[in-house]
Amino acid sequence: MPKHTPLYDAHLAANARMVDFGGWEMPINYGSQIEEHHQVRNAAGMFDVSHMTVVDIRGAQARQFLSFLLANDVAKLRNPGQAFYSCMLNEQGGIIDDLITYFLDETFFRVVVNAATHDKDMAWINSQAKAFDVEVVERPELAMIAVQGPAAREKVLSLLPPDVAARAGEMKPFNAGQFGELFIARTGYTGEDGFEISMQADVAVSLWNQLLEAGVAPCGLGARDTLRLEAGMNLYGQDMDESVTPFESGLAWTVALKDERSFNGRQALLAQRENGVDKKLVGLVLQGRGVLRPGQRVVTEAGEGVTTSGSFSPTLQRAIAFARLPKEAVGSCQVDIRGKLLDCSIVRPPFARNGMVCEGII
Amino acid sequence: MSNIPTHLYYTDSHEWVSAEDDGTARIGISDHAQEALGDLVFVELPVVGDEISQGDPCAVVESVKAASDIYAPVSGKVIAINEELEADPAIINSDPYEDGWLFEIELIDTEELEGLKDAEAYELSLEE
Repeated sequence: MPKHTPLYDAHLAANARMVDFGGWEMPINYGSQIEEHHQVRNAAGMFDVSHMTVVDIRGAQARQFLSFLLANDVAKLRNPGQAFYSCMLNEQGGIIDDLITYFLDETFFRVVVNAATHDKDMAWINSQAKAFDVEVVERPELAMIAVQGPAAREKVLSLLPPDVAARAGEMKPFNAGQFGELFIARTGYTGEDGFEISMQADVAVSLWNQLLEAGVAPCGLGARDTLRLEAGMNLYGQDMDESVTPFESGLAWTVALKDERSFNGRQALLAQRENGVDKKLVGLVLQGRGVLRPGQRVVTEAGEGVTTSGSFSPTLQRAIAFARLPKEAVGSCQVDIRGKLLDCSIVRPPFARNGMVCEGII
Repeated sequence: MSNIPTHLYYTDSHEWVSAEDDGTARIGISDHAQEALGDLVFVELPVVGDEISQGDPCAVVESVKAASDIYAPVSGKVIAINEELEADPAIINSDPYEDGWLFEIELIDTEELEGLKDAEAYELSLEE
């Protein structure tokens, strides 16, 4: 039996095409995934992300626990409401999952992990939590709507009571807060400004309908994938997994190794840095016609690699990909598409953000 | 509900064939196929003059989501391709049976058409 979010009926009412995603029946698109993509880059779109796993970490040692659990340093979160992106590593430095952590108060942090990795994530978090004075509480009753795009915040704020809108409107990127029945975070997975809002199921249905009336386009997982790819954001299970470290996944910036902090994977990462990292995750732009896909062979002067994600980019109007390549590979390469070697340039993601193609990409 | 014109032949792999009286045939993909694929962004068509055999992969259509092979519904020699699709593959989404045709062939064996599905049989196969 596939799982349904509280917005399932709303998706059917909006003529969504539903697909299985990690055991959840979710909308892939509501007609045209390219139009949905442009809606988010140019105006405002909304995604049902209620399948994602919300986990509250409460207790006297909440900060110490996350300091040990995460590759990024939770000490960076100083003021209540601040959030950051991090990987959760095993002892070999392999990536168990990537997640967002919200600091709410010294005894209360919230993390949001991927839906497809729910079971192994919860098993890992619970096993690691045993050594700390913390309580790990899943919040499956919470639904989540991501409203993204240049007009997204304004659309959401227009639906809130004036005092709440004033406070939520002042939040900086990567900050969050509880506003009555809404947990509002200025985060997302599209490369656009916007909010991710968690709330009880009935509130979510009502908010979804109000946003629809306000002209926010419902968008499916299809557009979510091309938006995050253009924005240079990795997808767990595709661009990274337990066989690679953050250094091999374009995520060195999320690893805090500076001080003596002990955390899962630290020794492995130090050793890898000492011995040298031979692979890197880069962006590719196909020069001619065609579409890049995950799993295609990449030929470079420094050796071979493989694409991990790839699609047609609606913003660039050409194919783009992430690829794991030998670290010396620069400039250009060729990708094997059905036996033909096609020229690509090697670039540094993101490809597009805030409605525009990024500098140096084309 | 999928649009299935009654004057065409269909395959299990969702191509359609429009047979002409002069022994040529035009080939495309069904409304059901374009809908399942989603927004089309690339097509790779055979070259005029190619000989293709029934069942062979002879073209590729790619949507944002996935690449899909097109199998020759009948055997023959390619006499024309739809060049409009190179600049705008989305024509297949908006008009799969008319402006969104893929290529035309000169049939080798018109009896091959008899083995294809008519609209009624194709519709039934979609319901299964």
